[in-house]
Amino acid sequence: MVRRTLIRAGLFLIAAAGVALPLSAWAGALVQVAAGVYVRPGALQDASAANDDAIANIGFIVGRDAVAVIDPGGSAGDGGRLRVAIRAVTPLPIRYLIYTHVHPDHVLGAVAFMQDHPEVVAHARFAAAWGERGAYYRQGLARVLGGDPAQAGDALPPTQAVDTTADIDLGGRVLHVLAYGAAHTDSDLTVYDDQTRTLWAGDLLFEDRVPALDGSLTGWLKVLGQLKALPAVRVVPGHGPAQLPWPVGAADEERYLATLCRDVRALLKKGGDIDSAATVAQSEKGRWKLFDAYNGRNAITAFKQLEWEDPS
Amino acid sequence: MMKSRLYALALLATLAAPVAWAEDPAADAARWNDLRQALFANQALTPAKGQIALDAPDRAMDAALVPVTLTLDATLPVKTVYLVVDNNPSPLVGTFRFGPAAVPSQLKTRIRVDAYTHMHAIAETTDGRWFVTERYIKAAGGCSAPATKDAQLAMERLGQMRLKTVSDGPAGLPQGAVTVQLLVSHPNYNGMQMNQVTRHYTPARYIRDVTVKSGEALVFQLEADISLSEDPAFTFSYRPQGPLAVTVRDSTDATFSHTFGEGGS
Repeated sequence: MVRRTLIRAGLFLIAAAGVALPLSAWAGALVQVAAGVYVRPGALQDASAANDDAIANIGFIVGRDAVAVIDPGGSAGDGGRLRVAIRAVTPLPIRYLIYTHVHPDHVLGAVAFMQDHPEVVAHARFAAAWGERGAYYRQGLARVLGGDPAQAGDALPPTQAVDTTADIDLGGRVLHVLAYGAAHTDSDLTVYDDQTRTLWAGDLLFEDRVPALDGSLTGWLKVLGQLKALPAVRVVPGHGPAQLPWPVGAADEERYLATLCRDVRALLKKGGDIDSAATVAQSEKGRWKLFDAYNGRNAITAFKQLEWEDPS
Repeated sequence: MMKSRLYALALLATLAAPVAWAEDPAADAARWNDLRQALFANQALTPAKGQIALDAPDRAMDAALVPVTLTLDATLPVKTVYLVVDNNPSPLVGTFRFGPAAVPSQLKTRIRVDAYTHMHAIAETTDGRWFVTERYIKAAGGCSAPATKDAQLAMERLGQMRLKTVSDGPAGLPQGAVTVQLLVSHPNYNGMQMNQVTRHYTPARYIRDVTVKSGEALVFQLEADISLSEDPAFTFSYRPQGPLAVTVRDSTDATFSHTFGEGGS
C-alpha cells in the first residue's frame, strides 16, 4: 500500500514537473531506508535512451536545516526528477551536492541543482579526473540519448575538495565524508550518517550488477575492509537495491573482487598474457547482471595492475 | 620516412573525422589507399601469405588496451615492421626496426584503437621486399577515452620497467634465443582528453622511442606515436649477447634507462 502510494506520488511528480521521461525509471521512486535518508535505486542496465541514464543509486539526506544530495543522477533529466522528488519531501534548502566518484551515471544530473547554488563536495582528485573524462562522458551519453548535449547534463565544479575527511552539518545531523585512495576509481568517497548508522558507499559497493573496476583492485579490496570496520548497520550501494545490511552486504562484491584477484595472479604466475585475461573469474558468471559486458574489461584492468606486483 | 609521416598527418587532417561506429567498406578502402600512398608511396606491397600475420581480438574489451600479436616468417630477413591502425588519429602506431641481436619471429604489444577500423601490418625485408596483412577490429574510444586508472600511481611509477621471461614463446626459435616481455610504466597521455573547465587538453606526454640492446648489439628500435596503450608492453625474442639495456624517450624528451642482467632482473 505504502509502495503503491509512493508510485502514485512518483507519477504525479513526473506529470507536475512536465518532464518527458520513461516512467519505468521512476517506478518505485524513492525508498526511505532510514529516518531522513532517501534512495532512488537505479535500473540494473547500461545507459539507454529508455532509462535516461537513471542507472545508479542516487538520493539525499534531510537534516534540520538543509538537504544534502548524494549523487545527483546520471543525466539532466535524472537530476531534474530527483530535485522534484526532494521538493515533494521537504522545502529545506538543498545546500550540498556530494559526488561519490567521477562516473557520469552519478554526477551528470548535477546541472539540475545549479539554481540551489549548493556547496559541491568531492574527492580532491575529482576535479582533475573530471577534467580528463567529463567531455568524453557527456559526448558518449548525448549520443546514447539522441544527440542533445543538454540532455546529457553536466557536473557542477567542486567547491570543497576532500582529501581525507570532512564533516557536513545539516543542522542536528552531521555527515562524515571519507575520501579514499584508488579503489573503484581514484576519486571515491563515502558518506556516513551517525544518526542512523547508514553508510552511503557509492560504487565502492555493487550488488546484483557486476562491479566495474576503474581504479585499483587491491586498493578496492583494502577499502572494502575499512568500510566493513565502520559501525554502520546498513549500506546504500552505488548499484543494486536501495539498502543492504552491513557489513554482511559486502560479501558478494568481496567474493567477486577476491576471485578476480586470485585468478589473475594465478594466470600471471603461469606466464599467461593479457590476451587470455578475459578467461578469469568465470565461477562468478551467472551470479551478476551484465557479467559478460564488464568482466573481461575488469580482468584486463586487474591484469594491468597486478603484472607490476613482485612475483610471490 | 619522417617526411612521408608528415604527409600522412597533413593528409589526415583534411579527411573528415572517422565515424566511430559505422562500417563503411568503401570509405575504409579509400582511407587505406590514402594511407598507403602517404606512408609507403614508392613500394609495391605484396599481400602476405604467411610472411607476416596480425592477430588481435575481433572485438576489443578495452579499446585503450588492445593486445596485438605480429607473427613473422622466421626464415625471412625482416628489417622493419610497421603497424598501422587506419582510423586512429595518428594511424602509424609504430615502426619496429630490428637489429642484429633480434630474432624477428613474434612481436606483441598493446595499443589504443579509436574507432572500428582496419589494421595493417607491413614487413620490409633487408632485400627490399614488402609484405602487407590486414584485419578488422571492433573497438572505439580508445584514444579519447580516459585510460588512467590511478593518476597518482602513474606519475610515481613513471619510467619504471619490468622484464619477464616468457616460457611459452613462439615455437622454432634458433638455439640460444629467448623470449621476454618488457613492461614500461608510462601514462602515454596522447593529448586527446579535453579538460572541460579549462578547455585545454591534458598535455600530451607519450613514448616516442624505445631502444633495446643486448650487450652492444641492437635488438630493436621502436619509433612510436600516440597510439601505444598506457604502460606499454613489448614481447619479443632475441639472442642474448650481454645484459639487456633499454632506453625509452618520451615526447617531453625525458629519458628512462634500465639494464637487466642476464638473469632477467
